[in-house]
Amino acid sequence: MTVHVELRRGAYHDSVSLMQVSRSVAGAPGVQAAQVAMATELNVDVLRQMGFEVPTDAGPNDMVVAVRADDEAGVESGLAAVEDALRALSATSSDTGAADEVPPATLGSAIRRAGAGLAVVSVPGAHAVTETYDAIAAGASVMLFSDNVSVEDEVALKDAAAAADVLVMGPDCGTALVGGVALGFANVVRQGPVGIVAASGTGAQQAMCLLEAAEVGVSHCLGVGGRDLKAAVGGRSTRQALRALADDASTEWVLVVSKPPDDAVLETVRAEAADLGLRVHWATLGAGRPDLTAAVEQALAAEGVTVPTWPATTATPEDAGLTVGAALRGLFCGGTLAEESLLVATETLGPITSNLGHEPALGADLTGTGHVVVDFGADELTRGRAHPMIDPTLRMERIAAEAADPTCGVLLLDLVLGHGAHPDPAGELADAVRAARDTAHADGRALPVVLSLNGTDADPQGRSRCAEALAAAGASVFLSNAAATRHAVSLLGGAR
Amino acid sequence: MTAPLRGLLAADPVVATSGVALFADALRDQAVPVTDAGWHPPMPGTEDALARVMADPRREEANATALARMTAAEATLVDVAPASEALGLERGTFLHAGPPITWERASGPLRGALIGAVLLEGLAETAEDAEQRLAAGEFELEPCHHRGAVGPMAGVVSPSMWTYVLRDEVHDNTSWCSLNEGLGKVLRYGAYGAEVVERLRWMGDVLGPILRQAVRSTGPIDIRAIVAQMLQMGDEGHNRNRAGSLMLLRELLPGMITADASSADVAEAVRFSGANEHFFLNLGMPACKLATLAAEGIPGSSVVTTMARNGTDFGIRVSGTGDRWFTGPANTPQGLFLGDYGPEDANPDIGDSAITETGGIGGFAMAAAPAIVRFVGGDVPFALAATRRMYEVTVGEHPVYQVPVLGFRGTPVGIDVTKVVRTGELPQINTGMAGRVAGTGQVGAGLVTPPEQCFTQAVEALAEAVPR
Repeated sequence: MTVHVELRRGAYHDSVSLMQVSRSVAGAPGVQAAQVAMATELNVDVLRQMGFEVPTDAGPNDMVVAVRADDEAGVESGLAAVEDALRALSATSSDTGAADEVPPATLGSAIRRAGAGLAVVSVPGAHAVTETYDAIAAGASVMLFSDNVSVEDEVALKDAAAAADVLVMGPDCGTALVGGVALGFANVVRQGPVGIVAASGTGAQQAMCLLEAAEVGVSHCLGVGGRDLKAAVGGRSTRQALRALADDASTEWVLVVSKPPDDAVLETVRAEAADLGLRVHWATLGAGRPDLTAAVEQALAAEGVTVPTWPATTATPEDAGLTVGAALRGLFCGGTLAEESLLVATETLGPITSNLGHEPALGADLTGTGHVVVDFGADELTRGRAHPMIDPTLRMERIAAEAADPTCGVLLLDLVLGHGAHPDPAGELADAVRAARDTAHADGRALPVVLSLNGTDADPQGRSRCAEALAAAGASVFLSNAAATRHAVSLLGGAR
Repeated sequence: MTAPLRGLLAADPVVATSGVALFADALRDQAVPVTDAGWHPPMPGTEDALARVMADPRREEANATALARMTAAEATLVDVAPASEALGLERGTFLHAGPPITWERASGPLRGALIGAVLLEGLAETAEDAEQRLAAGEFELEPCHHRGAVGPMAGVVSPSMWTYVLRDEVHDNTSWCSLNEGLGKVLRYGAYGAEVVERLRWMGDVLGPILRQAVRSTGPIDIRAIVAQMLQMGDEGHNRNRAGSLMLLRELLPGMITADASSADVAEAVRFSGANEHFFLNLGMPACKLATLAAEGIPGSSVVTTMARNGTDFGIRVSGTGDRWFTGPANTPQGLFLGDYGPEDANPDIGDSAITETGGIGGFAMAAAPAIVRFVGGDVPFALAATRRMYEVTVGEHPVYQVPVLGFRGTPVGIDVTKVVRTGELPQINTGMAGRVAGTGQVGAGLVTPPEQCFTQAVEALAEAVPR
């Protein structure tokens, strides 16, 4: 076995691109394992866990190329694959035509050259504030996908944006739909009368998909960032978004989707919305408030639309001779979906340990012996790493670990389709589900798997096709995340 | 009333992206026009300071003000006078190019030029004597920039040297620059032999007074107008000054030939001026200095107001941080060499002439001067790309200085330190190369950039100056 680790100082590529590079290198002949990544703290940990020794002076602006191969020839083939993959990356980005033409070097320059009204910022969090100010100064609204932006910076950015009459959608905004164009993670839905304002990415996607299933279309979906309705931010972007939608000819009514908001902020925003002469319905999660599905159902009913039966397939029960564990393990890519599941499951199960900022909180290893909900899209798990909706590695590892854990009773998973998401996530996940169940069965345990599958048939991945693949692997599959959660809770064994 | 959010919801989206390529690709798949900013990390360790500077609510307006002042500044040649008279330069004080420096740290060409100037002033008998006195600290050394003046290469100015006097009436500023000595073994490249000092004496005794009479009789002369024209005639105003020199001579000639001097002196003064391809450089430089002077001291502005080198250090000053210098070791230019000289003979970057780039010409106007590549290296597409790259690190375009081949687009002007730090794209400077050893003179010409740390320090200082 031969190991090669090298540091390329000052070479930068984004985490998504490098994930693709890592994959193609890992598939090179003779290569056992490979990782090409920027040397962020998290990635260095991952590299160490993979058994690579990373030079101690490696920093986040350095690229690490780590290859473990059968022999020297394997390392060489791996390194050749690295070069090929990196060349392929730059070939797409440097196609600029004439020799003396110079591509824009800053976001502000790109906005001015293109006359862009909208900017998408997805640089690592430490740099996102700079990019966003640059875009605001150039007169563009910003979808700020980056996370790890402080709440103080968020407030200051949103004030600067309001002064410039542009909107900051974010930070950590994964989903938006503006003028029929999907930005980031968004499902393909029909055009229609509903404007969505979303302090939540996957919450917005759930709402869009439920509306699509009810054959109701969307005019715009304006993300505002998960903290917008918290006390510190005070609904700054939500209020701007509502005013813009009130003025928009194609929007008839509005659905506000949010993770649990601050009550006082919610009240203020509701009062302001009432003055806009706009019909606004509220899908704002929280104890004592309806879940997202129920909120969408209420909105549809109020607007005179028939509520459909939401798509659901339940799996055949497993062999009665198998033991069933008592603990729920919810492993999520979508933060709001995780939050909603926690709220719904808590109603029946009582306190659930999670990394969602509530008590009881998970430790750094994110494991627990009781009911656990993990959001793999949390800030601390995406530093220098692509979002799990693109790079499912961490969650895949965790699914395998849960399968081997006798305390795990039911696996509750989400899968989000649409633009921006993994191009074929269901196949890989179905394999993982099948492998997990095989592991459990071999140990004499049942392992029901429940999928909250968020998507539409118009999505590039096709929801029905994905649902079939996952059902064939033995999973129950729901469109409604709340329904998926209730079903998962109902399958738990033992005293609960 | 226009729709909220600048009509965002009513228009077909046109999008710019910064970061993960996936987002741009996903938009292209939807047939949305996308322009990607090609983001890469800023200079290491600057992200926090950058974010603070970008958040400074004064910045945009302050930079707009800096740009407006730089491009509105006039530059009129009003007089020619000895430095003692024009600058009030005291005997025993020597001005030099670049940020402040001591004799101990001075490079060969600066030392050579100082020795020559001490000899010119009669403050020492021999070169050795001059060197000892300089080393003993008997004389005052001061940057030209501290007096509002500029000097090419070593930039050494002593009281008896004659200077051009330029005025900007709009902002009530004055700038000065010494007279150009021509090429070859000259003081500004660190040569101090007998012929160098003799030429300087002649310039003081004959050339200066004739030029003064010419300017006083035919002037004042609008230098900015000449800069604008020379850019349309293949000059960039730093390393190529052919058209500018001829136009200047055309303006001065009637006054020179009618000056009160012997016909032999007039003939020599005209010959000397006409033979010098860089005759105009010493007017273009103070014209640019007047532009940047006008932009100094605007709180919150991240626009560079000085770039200058003393042969050891490269220093910049920024509008929002006033007189403070941010320095780093000067790089050695890359380019073409005269005769048998090679890279090992070249001194690190030297001279105040980078004021031309600071003011939006020189390397920034390289696209206007494709012929320059024969002198500094590179090819024509490189010259065009050099100017295009500089648009990415500047706050605006010059309304008067234009580049014909770019459709008469204004030259990039007003270097923004935040853009330099964010993009890693360093200002492009065209420059002459001085010999490393004192007394050698010019060894070549080429291209150079400032060291990164000038800009990272400036961003840190701007961040500290943001009101909390």
